[in-house]
Amino acid sequence: MKSHYNFAFFDEGSKREIRRATLKAIAIPGYQVPFASREMPIARGWGTGGLQLTLSLIGKEDVLKVIDQGSDESVNAVNIKKLVSHTAGIRSTEETEEATIIQSRHRIPEVPLKSGQILVLQVPMPEPLRVYEPSELETKKLHAEKEYSGAWVMLFEHIMKYGTAATGADHPVMVHNRYVMAPSPIPRFDNPKMDHSKALILLGAGREKKIYAVPPYTRVKSIDFDDSPFRVESFEDKSCRLCGSTGVFMDEIVDDQSGEAVYQCNDTSYCLAQMNKNMPVGGTSNEQV
Amino acid sequence: MNKFEYPVLSIRNLNKQFGPGCNHCQNQKESTLIKNYCPVCGTVYACQDISFDLYPGEILGIVGESGSGKSTLMRCLYFDQEVTSGEAILSTYEHGERNLFQESPQRKRYIRNHLMGKVYQNPLLGLKMDFTSIGNIAEKLISAGSRSVEEMEARGRELLEYVNIPAFRMKEAPKNFSGGMQQRVQIAKALSNRPPILLLDEVTTGLDLSVQASVLDLIKYLQREMNISMVVVSHDLGVIRMLADRSMVMLDGKVIEQGLTDQILEDPQSPYTQQLVHSLL
Repeated sequence: MKSHYNFAFFDEGSKREIRRATLKAIAIPGYQVPFASREMPIARGWGTGGLQLTLSLIGKEDVLKVIDQGSDESVNAVNIKKLVSHTAGIRSTEETEEATIIQSRHRIPEVPLKSGQILVLQVPMPEPLRVYEPSELETKKLHAEKEYSGAWVMLFEHIMKYGTAATGADHPVMVHNRYVMAPSPIPRFDNPKMDHSKALILLGAGREKKIYAVPPYTRVKSIDFDDSPFRVESFEDKSCRLCGSTGVFMDEIVDDQSGEAVYQCNDTSYCLAQMNKNMPVGGTSNEQV
Repeated sequence: MNKFEYPVLSIRNLNKQFGPGCNHCQNQKESTLIKNYCPVCGTVYACQDISFDLYPGEILGIVGESGSGKSTLMRCLYFDQEVTSGEAILSTYEHGERNLFQESPQRKRYIRNHLMGKVYQNPLLGLKMDFTSIGNIAEKLISAGSRSVEEMEARGRELLEYVNIPAFRMKEAPKNFSGGMQQRVQIAKALSNRPPILLLDEVTTGLDLSVQASVLDLIKYLQREMNISMVVVSHDLGVIRMLADRSMVMLDGKVIEQGLTDQILEDPQSPYTQQLVHSLL
């Protein structure tokens, strides 16, 4: 049966409401704008915030890339891509350069984003102070008064307990020297990519009904202490077992039998591109693989 | 003139009411209120026209039965609650030219974080129970602008040692501590930014006698060694007698008697104070 959805699934009123919230979010970098999160054909917590942003923004000329933890081919990414291309009839891609809208969960692609591109990040917990202060009413006040000691206290706790900032992902950032923002659970490795990003970064939390944004060329600084500066994960002297890349975010894969750890690019499309580059046309020497 | 004679904190005509008030209670207040409660509109006048001065290095005691407005007064002083009207002047803030109650929320936060410390009766209010003790102290220091882990850790260590929390329990959460220890962590936290003014709300209530004694010793020591001015609220006259140089007696939201603590205890003037002193065991 042929389904009769409006272009990009939503009715025009819904898209407009989401875009209006998005515009406000861009106007106030890092500020969480509430919006009327819709019921979606996927469950809340599975990327509905990002999906709603993507659907409200997408036009006929757009090319979409969806990644889930660096992978273009995970079930979640594929399903979201399918939903959007079925209802909007647009083309999807795996190449970062080619995409105009990149929806992502937990990663910013390795290939630097260009101006004109939009990165849409899926956010489970938009409130960076939630662990410190459970009440929404109170955290709103804290944001209004720029009272962010809570964010530093949480970091201090890490340092006391583990000797270093142990934020595996979602390390809070200060945006435009005004709002402290949860960058969504991207690894610390990706935080610096947000600073003065050429692409527009939009963040959507479907379950928590919040949209916020980092406009292009905005100062984004990961919070830290004077004597314990912010550090990204280090992959020094490690290289990808497939493409040989260094200086990228890598997954550690432990061999069950030997117990040995090997490393491989987390960003699958980047890895593939590197492998294609390394390989001579009609190549024979693929010992690396 | 001797600098010593200027108060660090002066409160003038502080009023705090819960409820809108009505013609009945606003016109002839004295005659129509039942205690501090208006029988017509249900407004509670928790603090009525309270004025006092606090001098450097002085401990001012506030006594009164429960419901007399002591804690509400303290909450107003620490901006936990908005006052209905009144004036507070802090000599160390803007040369004592600003009414603290009319400052913006940001400025109030600044005053709280830099110039005051408070110890609550209930440690739940003053501490983050799930955070480490040293993290709780750091919270106050971070609020006051510190961004150095090393400094804060050293200061936290020093303070916790000072209030007799063993070093190996520093990184433990206060929820694992006894009531007395929690209270001492609170005191350490309140002291962390070296505030000129400390507000103590029933700090020894509910503690056993030996812990009470050590907490009182600590407070006395702080006054002597650090010259901190304090407002101490208690319904325990023994505590007030030991700590306070001057005292105020509150009843139904009003100050009914004030003066030197010894004088009040030896020669109480108002009937309520007489009764209070006589019921002292």
